[in-house]
Amino acid sequence: MSSNIYDFSTLTGSIDTALKSWMSPGLAVLAEMVIVGLLFLTFYALLGLFLVYLERKVCAIIQNRVGPNRVGKWGIFQTIADLIKLLMKELIPIRKADQLLFLLAPFIVIIASFMAMGAVPFAKGLHAIDFNIGVFYVMAVSSLGVVGILIAGWASNSKYSLIGAMRSGAQIVSYELSVGLSLLAIVVFSVTMSLSGIIESQADGWWIFKGHIPAFIAFIIFLIASTAEINRGPFDLAEAESELTAGFHTEYSGIKFAFFFLAEYINMFIVAALGATVFLGGWMPLHIGNWEGFNQVMDYIPSMVWFFAKTFFLIYIIMWFKWTFPRLRIDQLLTLEWKYLMPISLVNIVLIAFLVLMHWHF
Amino acid sequence: MSEEIIKDVIVKENEDYIINMGPQHPSTHGVLRFEVCLKGETVKYIIPHIGYIHRGIEKMCEANTYQGIIHLTDRMDYLSAHINNEAVCLCVEEALQVEVPERVKYIRTILDELNRLASHQLWWCAFGMDLGALTAFFYGLRDRELILDIFEESFGSRLLHSFNTPGGFMHDVHPNFQKRTKEFITYFRKKLPEYDQLLTGNIIFQERAKGIGYMSAEKAISYGVTGPSARGSNVACDVRKIAPYSAYDKVEFNEILKTEGDTFARYQVRMGEMWESMKIIEQLIDNIPAGDYTAKMKPIIKLPVGEYFKRVESARGELAVYIVSDGNKTPYRMKFRSPNFSNLFIMNELTAGGKIADLVAISGSLDLVIPDIDR
Repeated sequence: MSSNIYDFSTLTGSIDTALKSWMSPGLAVLAEMVIVGLLFLTFYALLGLFLVYLERKVCAIIQNRVGPNRVGKWGIFQTIADLIKLLMKELIPIRKADQLLFLLAPFIVIIASFMAMGAVPFAKGLHAIDFNIGVFYVMAVSSLGVVGILIAGWASNSKYSLIGAMRSGAQIVSYELSVGLSLLAIVVFSVTMSLSGIIESQADGWWIFKGHIPAFIAFIIFLIASTAEINRGPFDLAEAESELTAGFHTEYSGIKFAFFFLAEYINMFIVAALGATVFLGGWMPLHIGNWEGFNQVMDYIPSMVWFFAKTFFLIYIIMWFKWTFPRLRIDQLLTLEWKYLMPISLVNIVLIAFLVLMHWHF
Repeated sequence: MSEEIIKDVIVKENEDYIINMGPQHPSTHGVLRFEVCLKGETVKYIIPHIGYIHRGIEKMCEANTYQGIIHLTDRMDYLSAHINNEAVCLCVEEALQVEVPERVKYIRTILDELNRLASHQLWWCAFGMDLGALTAFFYGLRDRELILDIFEESFGSRLLHSFNTPGGFMHDVHPNFQKRTKEFITYFRKKLPEYDQLLTGNIIFQERAKGIGYMSAEKAISYGVTGPSARGSNVACDVRKIAPYSAYDKVEFNEILKTEGDTFARYQVRMGEMWESMKIIEQLIDNIPAGDYTAKMKPIIKLPVGEYFKRVESARGELAVYIVSDGNKTPYRMKFRSPNFSNLFIMNELTAGGKIADLVAISGSLDLVIPDIDR
């Protein structure tokens, strides 16, 4: 059906054969790893800068402001200037801090988000790794970040940091369940855990439309829980500015702080990308049943555009949350998860299993 | 009764997990320090430490003429500078038994209410920010800016006016004053419902504010809490009603009272007061009598020997001025009863047993201005 969508695997495949013709297969794989790694690093940094800029503009619009507008046209180089500033700032050593862990923590956080990025399918045939357990992998890897946050809070030798880290630990561990269960809902529908498989299963319509109301409920739960999982407002208790000054990264300065900052934004991208992939069809264009003409027109829009449009739509929604809602209190946060989201998603999954068993979905 | 209400002694233990909130902290709104003892996320007790911005204003007053004192009072509660100025002026005028022109009375009342509006707007911004609603801050400041513009046009300064002087004003208000104030009121009547849409109706906000920091009426009275904070606990303490000054006896307005006594009640009282302030201004703005902007005063003011006392309703509660004069051109002793000082010390009662986040919400709902506490 989606035959005229450009498949990036032809491009990557030809590069692969070219490399293999030049050197031994082992070396070729090594070279590919280095190339992919470098590409990802570049993309990661640029994306981080862009997301920070985007957030500043979005919040400016919401708050009746103009936002950055001095460095470059529309202030597009503002975040680059900020980055240079952060790079040049002094790294303040903390007395009686656990030096090794203090240094290690930002790297753990950033590595976790970097690893999760590897599984994201950016376009048809364009992803670093395509696991048969893609969903599971992303869930597992992205939850590694909390270890970094806990270490950061513990190693800083600051009471504010410790409270922030403990909050974030409790929060991420709880909300992981809801994220997992809501993703599982779609796994039940599509009978595969591989992200490319899930996308292929949406060729005749995205799961949010095909999956009746349960898929929609799962989507809402996913949005709420994933916002909480990435420590963003209204669930930004871990860094609650008005309570804990800056939470777990209070004591970090310069580029080490920037690492946390960057990882937070990249996590937002990953979560939005995952949501777009699983619920909104990823790079799959909008297809409606057997409207052949309509579907073909939609196919002319490149798959990468589809993916980024959906992802940034979700990112915008997540930003919108942050800039309009007040922050929850820690007990309300845990109540929301354990008393509402968890039971609802459990019931939802049973419902979906029933739907699938009876073949009531499209 | 007071023994059972005030748990006065706090017993410190060695294993208490104590964090210092302040003197530099985003939600203390100034250089105030809370010694917060935590048990997990729960607050066991808090001890407020004040004095970081003590400038000895009361002592400085003893070396200043009565006209000079006005400029010091700006710096106490800088968000209701005009009301502070007025308190001293009223006290001096009462001591000298000077009758100020009607025009001055009317304009003073309008400026009081504009000042109260500006102060409540800033409180609303900061309260939203304390609870994590960052957008509220910009909505409040957007409208406050217009009031400050009116002030700037008439007084030349936006925050610390020092426009009052014993007997009246330094000079007359700007010819545009009436027009711009009316424009602002029509504008703000449309914009105030936006505040409710953004924050008041929000489910998270209500969950955060309702039932938090309960203050009973008895407690409020025994701690001397005044102003909107006390009116949230159904204590009728509005000086504008009890002892009207300036033109408050000529206007109709309601004293907003709530019975719940929680953070949300205090919030609602302030929101209601904004509507009432606009009502007061609307009643007066068209009827400002023509006349002098000041009564005839001697260049050097000497109060007769004696003690003088005057209280006014500032944006945060009851502000009282007490002057002891020995007949010289400077006061022998000057004492301010500032609302924030009394409002602060109930914090421990309200926060004990709550979460850290509640502590921030409660201190926001009391609307503390730190320089007013220390003076």
